[in-house]
Amino acid sequence: MRNGLSSINLVALTFGFAFLYLPIVLLVIYSFNASQLVTVWGGFSTRWYVSLWHNEQLLEAAWVTLRVGLISATLATALGTLGAITLVRMGRFRGRTLFSGMVYAPLVMPEVITGLSMLLLFVAVGLDRGFFTLMLAHVTFSMCFVAVVVQSRLVSFDRSLEEAAQDLGCPPVKTFFVVTLPIILPAIVSGWMLAFTLSIDDLVISQFTTGPGATTLPMRIYSSVRLGVKPEINAVCTILIAIVTTGVIIASIATKRAENERLRAERAAAAGR
Amino acid sequence: MTDVLTPDPEAPRAVAAAGPQAAAEPLGAGGWKRWLLIGIPYLWLLALFLAPFAIVLKISLSQTTIAQPPYEPVLDLAAGWQGLVDFVSGLHLENYSILFEDEIYVASYLSSLKIAAISTLLALLIAYPMAYGMARAPRSIRPTLLMAVILPFWTSLLIRVYAWIGILNPDGLLNAFLMWTGAISEPLYIMNTETAVYIGIVYSYLPFMVLPLYSSLEKLDETLLEAAADLGSPPWRAFWQITVPLSLPGVVAGCFLVFIPAVGEFVIPDLLGGSETLMIGKTLYNEFFLNRDWPVSSAIAVLLLLVLVVPIAIYNNVQAKELGGKA
Repeated sequence: MRNGLSSINLVALTFGFAFLYLPIVLLVIYSFNASQLVTVWGGFSTRWYVSLWHNEQLLEAAWVTLRVGLISATLATALGTLGAITLVRMGRFRGRTLFSGMVYAPLVMPEVITGLSMLLLFVAVGLDRGFFTLMLAHVTFSMCFVAVVVQSRLVSFDRSLEEAAQDLGCPPVKTFFVVTLPIILPAIVSGWMLAFTLSIDDLVISQFTTGPGATTLPMRIYSSVRLGVKPEINAVCTILIAIVTTGVIIASIATKRAENERLRAERAAAAGR
Repeated sequence: MTDVLTPDPEAPRAVAAAGPQAAAEPLGAGGWKRWLLIGIPYLWLLALFLAPFAIVLKISLSQTTIAQPPYEPVLDLAAGWQGLVDFVSGLHLENYSILFEDEIYVASYLSSLKIAAISTLLALLIAYPMAYGMARAPRSIRPTLLMAVILPFWTSLLIRVYAWIGILNPDGLLNAFLMWTGAISEPLYIMNTETAVYIGIVYSYLPFMVLPLYSSLEKLDETLLEAAADLGSPPWRAFWQITVPLSLPGVVAGCFLVFIPAVGEFVIPDLLGGSETLMIGKTLYNEFFLNRDWPVSSAIAVLLLLVLVVPIAIYNNVQAKELGGKA
């Protein structure tokens, strides 16, 4: 079969990507609309971005979202990495099936169920809902995503590198930090980014698990979206899209560069022998 | 590579003699350290993922009261055995019978399954040509295309759904455009209908469908298609008899990844579907936040889980097999 793009393929790709991107592009464009009306283009303006600065509620919510995101992504990365090691490296142990079930299930679990069940747990043990419970919930669902990302890296990993270190007398814990960790680091970094994004994007689980005083940005956006489209919301969304897009692109370039460097180093080492 | 890392046959023995820990599996330091490593993520998930389900199950068997928490019985551990007896005798199945007596719940379940199934099919129809085109694209631009598919997934679902409100509203961009071109003279009412929900689900979950399809189509051995062509098979037949069967694992994975979350979806039907679209995720949410009926919403959750447990189990099995094959 000929490689390259036939006209049918080209049409499919154009149509598919237009479908994926047009709504987002329109949202971004209309955030710069001077008119209050959503469909009337009233000229270019940044007035909605300026008015964001004076919206105390939104700024407060953004701050909560950022803090929950940073803390929960970091904890989720640590727990998720341990989970991935448990899945890939611990061999068979009693309860392994249950564990892998608990890692994969949250990935496809409807958010309303996860949210409801965690809320009921917090109520049952008498935890006051707020920032802390919000964070616990975010750690729990995002650690599973981290575990899956790190695990796929651990599976494709050349075990002989670790064995070599151990044969040369390196103790297991040191082997982990000197050999294993640098190799799976790109996966850990993308796991962290994924956890952070999931946390700052989450609406449903947050609605269930948060309490007074800890309202997140998606919750604020949701409550004003229900009242209709507003240019100010377009502006908030555009800022969020910009942050996430920049982060993802930087991370992917950095990962690629690290990968290339590692391959080059490995090749050089092999050639050196 | 291999000869660099093949150790001297004497070396392992020398290392083993140096101490018991050196001979241990990498990372698998035996004994309590191993259990500590396993235990931390294990206990976390047990306490915060599995235990909550037990609580949901229990509350779904409880009675609504005007109290805090708004259900009874509450297990009173201090009361000892008598407390346990009171607790168990207080449980009942009334909430489940409510779910089957009131039409709205059964209708929500069925309508969720229908909407999720149709959306999955639509997503497959759009994603397959896309994934195929990506897999056939020049090798140099494939990573960029892949990135372009993943990028929207990183953007908040809420934002992506919100973007469609501005497009689908009666006074939105789609209608403004169509009326400007003269294709229609009256605005189309897509917003707050099931059609809008289909659009929203297909749009939001399209990357989940494209990615597994792409990964199975990309692995496809092209010499098979060449052989078919050499033997005189027309391209459509080669496609139907070679490409499609070989991409089936991707089709299955993609369908599960779209169908399962779509069944319990809340944000999309809530924002795009209006009051006429029934979906179980929305019903659960409203039962909980508007009616404050915790036992009934727990019962809905338990039944939703029962509906999804088969597809989730199949999906987990496929995942585990995939992993086993790689390891």
